[in-house]
Amino acid sequence: MDHRLKDLKLRVEAIVDRVEDVQAADPIAARLRDLGFVAGEPVRVVARGPIGGDPLVVQIGYTRFALRRAEAARVVIRVAA
Amino acid sequence: MSAVSLQVALVGNPNCGKTALFNRLTGSRQKVANYAGVTVERKAGELRTLSGQQVRLLDLPGAYSLGATSPDEAITRDVCLGLMAGETRPDLLVCVADATNLRLHLRFVLEVRALGLPMILALNMCDAAARRGIIIDRAKLETLLGVPVVETIAVRADGVGKLVERIDGALPPLSPIAAPADLHAEVRRLIAAAVTMPRRTAALDDQIDRWALHPVGGLLMLSIVMFLIFQAVFSWAAPLQDGIDAGVTAAAAALHAAMPDNTLRSLLVDGMLVGTGSVVVFLPQILLLFLFILVLEESGYLPRAAFLLDRLMVGAGLTGRSFIPLLSSFACAVPGIMAARTIQDPRDRLATILVAPLMTCSARLPVYALLIGAFIPERTVAGIFNLQGLVLFALYVAGIVSALAVAYVMKLVRHDKIEHALLLELPSYRLPHVTDVLIGLWERASIFLKRVGGIILTLTVLLWFLSTYPAAPEGFTGAAIDYSYAGRIGKAMEALFAPIGFNWQICIALIPGLAAREVAVSSLATVYAVSATGDQAAGQLLPLIAAQWSLATALSLIVWYVFAPQCVSTLAVIRRETQSWKIVALAAGYLFALAYGASWITFRIASALT
Repeated sequence: MDHRLKDLKLRVEAIVDRVEDVQAADPIAARLRDLGFVAGEPVRVVARGPIGGDPLVVQIGYTRFALRRAEAARVVIRVAA
Repeated sequence: MSAVSLQVALVGNPNCGKTALFNRLTGSRQKVANYAGVTVERKAGELRTLSGQQVRLLDLPGAYSLGATSPDEAITRDVCLGLMAGETRPDLLVCVADATNLRLHLRFVLEVRALGLPMILALNMCDAAARRGIIIDRAKLETLLGVPVVETIAVRADGVGKLVERIDGALPPLSPIAAPADLHAEVRRLIAAAVTMPRRTAALDDQIDRWALHPVGGLLMLSIVMFLIFQAVFSWAAPLQDGIDAGVTAAAAALHAAMPDNTLRSLLVDGMLVGTGSVVVFLPQILLLFLFILVLEESGYLPRAAFLLDRLMVGAGLTGRSFIPLLSSFACAVPGIMAARTIQDPRDRLATILVAPLMTCSARLPVYALLIGAFIPERTVAGIFNLQGLVLFALYVAGIVSALAVAYVMKLVRHDKIEHALLLELPSYRLPHVTDVLIGLWERASIFLKRVGGIILTLTVLLWFLSTYPAAPEGFTGAAIDYSYAGRIGKAMEALFAPIGFNWQICIALIPGLAAREVAVSSLATVYAVSATGDQAAGQLLPLIAAQWSLATALSLIVWYVFAPQCVSTLAVIRRETQSWKIVALAAGYLFALAYGASWITFRIASALT
């Protein structure tokens, strides 16, 4: 089963594998790729929101983004062993 | 003015410092702050280079990609592609990149380079990069990219010299370089070759964010920050306000004593001095509020607050991204509604625009402060809190809660199930620049004083005229103002507003208050000054209404101001941003209905209890 960014534990290093479209020509997935969520990029969850752990703050490249769980669910990751 | 010989546009990712560069290059004072999407419109300025070239410089909204997803990004795309009506395609692009955030920003640089326009890459914030030990091999980057690269520090006076030289020099040769198939791979290659970076984040950001983003600690911090602002606005400003108030009162008394009892005296004292003075008193409070907002904007904290509140706002039918437009609306709904352009999603954007007028703007502050000062006793609660400050805080909360409630109702009405994205960048923290904050405060002070000297003075004089003429004939029993135009208009309106406890003086003040909310205060001052007899006319609105109005009336008026669509500029900007009169009518209609309903309930309950 694929690991998803939305389930990644706080401050655990992982590597982006791919961003999946949940619909044809998914604009949110496209924007995630623009922002640097591409294969081989190290990624980390820095914080989770106060209600239901949503949204997440994610470190990608040199930048931090706040993503909702549904957005982070598109990002398939590999967790370093 | 000489002919412009070169059109240059600044492009780049959001929050890379384009506007700071623009201000530095053109001597402008466009708003800068530390979050993505401060600039939502194109702004033009001019500069003259050393060789005497006249350059027209265009500042464009930040974009992550030329595949625009929001209205502000679309402006940038259209200008770059030469599709923007009324704007010629730039001769030269200055692509700005934050030197501390190249992994993200170089991708857009590559996208822009593929446009084939002459371009210069400006590596901005080189000082911050150096402090973090980031070393960029400028020459190497220039060779690899095939475009000139200059280092800039927009916040320093001497930080843009090299950029001006480059703009002045011969246009860099056109080098149509096709975009590589994988932009990210290309960025990684560039960074591996030309950039050394000791660590990916600023250590300080990590430390602050541990607390600021903490589920409990972060929310606690946010509440303390917001609460402190409102306490400070009320208690720190008081001595300054008392000083201004005493000055106005003394001036009015002196003028009153020095002049013969004629129409000119009435115009100068009752009309101009008392009217405008009653508004100027609130300058210290407004500046304090702006001081806090400016510092928060510069610090980089606001997007963090948006993150903390996102879930709550989604529950209410908004988005975390609504937070910054709504917070700006505490200053004024007009820039707040424009800032809603950074919300990509049309539905979230419309909801934000519709509830933005419910945020307590600074023009309401004089009205609230007057009524609180007159009707809420000055007392200390629980040892530390000022009761008046608490009531003011409660009014702000009432605005916020009703905005959430209205957004929630809209969410129920439209029930769509489409997903909406957040995707919000959290910038690096930054110490606010004292000069930027001071310039921001100075601008607000001059805008406010211009309003006082312009529209507020004009309306106050107009109202003085309406309340003085026609003069009551001999043998007219009752106050002279009853016979005047204003008296008659007010009495006619009273029928509509009596159920919510407004007397005719308040009704009159509501009309000029449509142009600017603060005018309601100066209008009341003028109406009461004109209707007052002889010596009591000198600038004492507060004790007057405290004596004449019931508490129920005062509370009802306060509640009216929480909701009422009392501002023509706000409605005009809604029209401009949505291109729809229907939405303007919807906004004005629901706000009026809310205001009337809430005031009615307040008046009934308060009358029953007192």
